[in-house]
Amino acid sequence: MSEISYQQISRDGFWTNNVALVQILGLCPLLAVTSTAINGLGLGLATILVLVCSNVTVSLIRNFVRPEIRIPVFVLVIASFVTAVELAMNAFFHDLYKVLGIFIPLIVTNCAILGRAEAFASKNPVGKSFVDGLTMGLGFAVILVILGAMRELIGFGTLFAQAHMMFGEAARWITITVFEDYKGFLLAILPPGAFIGLGLLIAVKNLIDQRAPKTVNQENPTLQTAEAEG
Amino acid sequence: MSMPWRNMVIGAMILGLFSVVGTGLVALTYEGTMERIAENERQALLRSLHQIISPEAHDNDIYADLITVHNKALLGSRDGVNIYRARMSGQPVAAVIASAAPDGYNGTIKLLVGINYDGTLAGVRVINHHETPGLGDGIEAERSDWVQGFNGRSLLNPESAGWKVKKDGGQFDQFTGATITPRAVVKAVYNTLRYYQQHREALFADGVEVENE
Repeated sequence: MSEISYQQISRDGFWTNNVALVQILGLCPLLAVTSTAINGLGLGLATILVLVCSNVTVSLIRNFVRPEIRIPVFVLVIASFVTAVELAMNAFFHDLYKVLGIFIPLIVTNCAILGRAEAFASKNPVGKSFVDGLTMGLGFAVILVILGAMRELIGFGTLFAQAHMMFGEAARWITITVFEDYKGFLLAILPPGAFIGLGLLIAVKNLIDQRAPKTVNQENPTLQTAEAEG
Repeated sequence: MSMPWRNMVIGAMILGLFSVVGTGLVALTYEGTMERIAENERQALLRSLHQIISPEAHDNDIYADLITVHNKALLGSRDGVNIYRARMSGQPVAAVIASAAPDGYNGTIKLLVGINYDGTLAGVRVINHHETPGLGDGIEAERSDWVQGFNGRSLLNPESAGWKVKKDGGQFDQFTGATITPRAVVKAVYNTLRYYQQHREALFADGVEVENE
């Protein structure tokens, strides 16, 4: 596993081992906040930040922490970073922080983060752990935004509403009203809509995989089995 | 020292070290962001207050001129309720009462109820709620103009029998598919008005604690 290439790490993070679509981790925030694209983006960025910081830290201390206390140490590291990110968001993106509410602190319990610390960062050098955290986080964030955009479009008939909460008043123009006088479609906004949307995304991913020439998955069979168990 | 003890002590020390470093990181971030967060909260509240009472209508620091009162029956909250007072040249202009509707569809709905000195409503805003998206969230000023329907109302307009949603025989609209949410808000606004009527003079008195249950 130590000779895994950067290319392979990135491909895992974005596609073959995508946190949301393949590992199906971090469902609680994924399903709860993706009622709009901007909410998804906000939580996605916060998750990337925490994941990169925790992966790098865990990788740095991997030879120093004894195996029997590694889990509590990882949890401490992750919880500290999440609290710091929460405070920073409250300070710099106050409105978005209020919308995301409880789901920022809940990043602590996102299994994807502890999962990457345990399965990757604790066994790999800093550079690779950094790239792993970044690509896994990006893979997760992209799904958050896509799912958010889908639900927002169907549910409210807009895209990127409330962009000003994140980028300031100057960003109001990003908001697109796709359907004028749209009455709304409640199912898309409620939790069932999130499950249906995620199911559709997973189905699309599997469909693309089936049609693609089979090269990617054969390259590193050991990693695939290891990840599937984790 | 025997081996298990040694391992325990070393493990505990490493864990302790990480606790100190982690707490240090959080403490530093807190120190660094504390002022900005307080300022953000002040600005957010000021924005809401100024949607109800225009900045030109008062000349005092409305954010600082507040008292805290307790009245669970009429103000809907077991905790202290803040009342912000707007004054012009020392004369009372209006009070904004941060009351709550405890009986929303999904828990408490937090409100700001602005009442002019003469007892008419200057405006109502919903600060925080957990109502169903797409159904109950029409109470937000950003989603519909329903909440504007309170402007200019008072205890006499309509009389007490009219302070209900139309479905219950009152004068206020409900939403399609959501009656509980507007019903809770109408009731809370009505109760806040009653509280104001009972305590008006005391509320504007300088620095007097208003305690009542």
